[in-house]
Amino acid sequence: MTSQQTGSPHQFPAGSDAFPHRHLLGIAGLQPWEILFLLEEAKQWVDLNRKSSKHADRLDGLTVINAFFENSTRTLLSFEIAGKRMGADVVNMHAAQSSIKKGETLIDTAVTLNAMKADAIVIRHGSSGAVQLIADKVDCPVLNAGDGSHEHPTQALLDALTIQRRKGDISGLTVTICGDVMHSRVARSNIYCLTTLGAKVKVCGPPSLLPAALDRFNVEVFTDLDEALEGSDVVMMLRLQNERMNGNFIPSPREYHYLYGLTRKRLTRAKQDVLVMHPGPMNRGVEIDSDVADDPDHSAITEQVEMGVAVRMACLDVLTRQSRGVEGWS
Amino acid sequence: MKRIFTDARLLLPGEEHPQTGSLIVEGEHIVSAAANGEQEGGDAIDCQGRILAPGIVDLGVFAIDKPAFRFGGITRAALMPDQSPVLDLPAMIKQSAAEGKPDLWSHPLAAATIGLEGTHMAEIGLMKRSGAKAVATGRQWIADSGTMLRLLQYCKSLDLALIVHSEDAGLTQGAVATDSETATRLGLASAPSAAEAISIARDIALVRETGAHVHFRQVTTRDGLNLVRAAKGDNLPVTCGITPAHLLLSDIAISDFRTFTRLSPPLRSETNRLACLQAVKDGTIDVISSGHDPRGPEDKRLPYAEAAPGMAGAETLLALSLTLVRDGTISIGRLFELLSANPAKILGVEAGLLQAGYEADFILINEDSPWQVDTRKMAAAAGNTPFDGLPVQGRVTAIYKGGRAY
Repeated sequence: MTSQQTGSPHQFPAGSDAFPHRHLLGIAGLQPWEILFLLEEAKQWVDLNRKSSKHADRLDGLTVINAFFENSTRTLLSFEIAGKRMGADVVNMHAAQSSIKKGETLIDTAVTLNAMKADAIVIRHGSSGAVQLIADKVDCPVLNAGDGSHEHPTQALLDALTIQRRKGDISGLTVTICGDVMHSRVARSNIYCLTTLGAKVKVCGPPSLLPAALDRFNVEVFTDLDEALEGSDVVMMLRLQNERMNGNFIPSPREYHYLYGLTRKRLTRAKQDVLVMHPGPMNRGVEIDSDVADDPDHSAITEQVEMGVAVRMACLDVLTRQSRGVEGWS
Repeated sequence: MKRIFTDARLLLPGEEHPQTGSLIVEGEHIVSAAANGEQEGGDAIDCQGRILAPGIVDLGVFAIDKPAFRFGGITRAALMPDQSPVLDLPAMIKQSAAEGKPDLWSHPLAAATIGLEGTHMAEIGLMKRSGAKAVATGRQWIADSGTMLRLLQYCKSLDLALIVHSEDAGLTQGAVATDSETATRLGLASAPSAAEAISIARDIALVRETGAHVHFRQVTTRDGLNLVRAAKGDNLPVTCGITPAHLLLSDIAISDFRTFTRLSPPLRSETNRLACLQAVKDGTIDVISSGHDPRGPEDKRLPYAEAAPGMAGAETLLALSLTLVRDGTISIGRLFELLSANPAKILGVEAGLLQAGYEADFILINEDSPWQVDTRKMAAAAGNTPFDGLPVQGRVTAIYKGGRAY
């Protein structure tokens, strides 16, 4: 099938051909229809999540372990809710303060998790490539919930789903991603996802926070936000980590706000119906002004959170289909 | 008692190609090595037409790993001071120098500064008396140019070469890769390759000032090599080296987070790799060494950025270097200048050449013998090689240190 078709499920290859991957480690390397398939699968869960009874039983009896080696509130919560709504037994492991601190290696931890016979493991880790390292050592599907500056695939999927619902087909849209691209796994996964789905992607940030060879990623690179916003359908602001604000990468938060903060005035450069997104948590008054973040006409920030649960439900479902013996998913 | 190694293809000093002849050894030393040399007057050992080359002098290893060195034909190894504890005291030099004998001579390199921290000069003079043949900055560069100047003045007066690591740490702090598309895709912290040229430029300026001999242990970029080439053109006492990894692999090899490719300096772009090959060919590069650093799973089975740098290179050094001969980059005679004669000269030891009066350190080589690199079957203390699975040719069939077979 062609890459840009969206719409009803019958357009996808049958059974596991629609998503022939054991793990979800990143967006890089996924085919456009594989991304669209996951988004399509997520839509039914958006509807379910809006009902008063939010329970599905697809993952009944399965154990999902959320192993978070790096502090997280919203992503962990989102995965926990997703697993529970699908009927799985969800266990959270906050490894940031556990045996890792006692010197246990990551591989030993992976082997331990594996011995507990999880049916899916969701992993966040502060080091790029760490999730792949664990995935190579366990027998069940692994979902990357963010590894270092590498990838955060479910964030890109929930962003794509949000855009799709507000704007329709992603192909042909202009999306501006602005902020600390160098250290951002969200930016990388979104660049892969959006360019794969045919969007025109503009990337903007202070030169000290743009990674090397960004021009090789099928994006347009800007250091002037006003220019980058010109004609945009969607603008995604990235979170600026506190530790980068004090002279190491940029001089100060107020200078960052002056040059790269999304203000109402600046937003007028974009298309009139521009969609404003942020993966959270926001630094209000630094990368984004409150009146923009809270503007219901433009901001999709809370909707992103909502889509996050649906997308993670879909990912847990699709990745466990083989082990659950779903027909066509051998 | 005299022993005559007959029917050998000798790699004689200054010769590009092997000369069939014989090598005569008496005690621990070479008596003569010559094409069509004499065949009588001692115990004869038939070399069956094998190449007889000087034993490899491996300049800058991180561990004394005898099984790997024997497999690789290494008869002397200069040990980096980056040990635990750091080789920054005369007693440690003395102990380390005795470690490999008799079959392997270890030449511990004196740490330039205490703890390799780059601030306080170590007791280089006393370490020389204890057997240090050169001084090294370890895996660090010395950021303070004043400290570096005084070190070079000191090394010059003691007639010792200073072996330096060439990366400006201000740029490479925290980086595990070279700035590139690959590093960005993987989300790995990276630094511009200019970090190398910056540090080389500073050190060359100080060589010009002091006249001290600096050996840049690994030069891996076009710009760095251009600086060394120009300095040599000005007759400055500089030399430089490289490992086979930087000649054969580019930064694309780090894809998939393979920690065996985490090296220091990191793998470079293809343009830089080709510049390195050119520099081997035109004589800018003086030394090829293994950088041998066996690291077990506790150091390597980790996320890429947390893994220790380094590769187990000793047993693949010869076979990988022979590809340079096979592809016509250099002659085999020139290769053994890079592997044996030049490193021995930098250390100031009478070895590395098949020459009367020198130590009888030599190896017999079957240069065509095929084998496959296999991390699980290595002789080294650990099998961390980025060349796993690579078919190679050339292996050592016999090794002699001080005239004795081991």
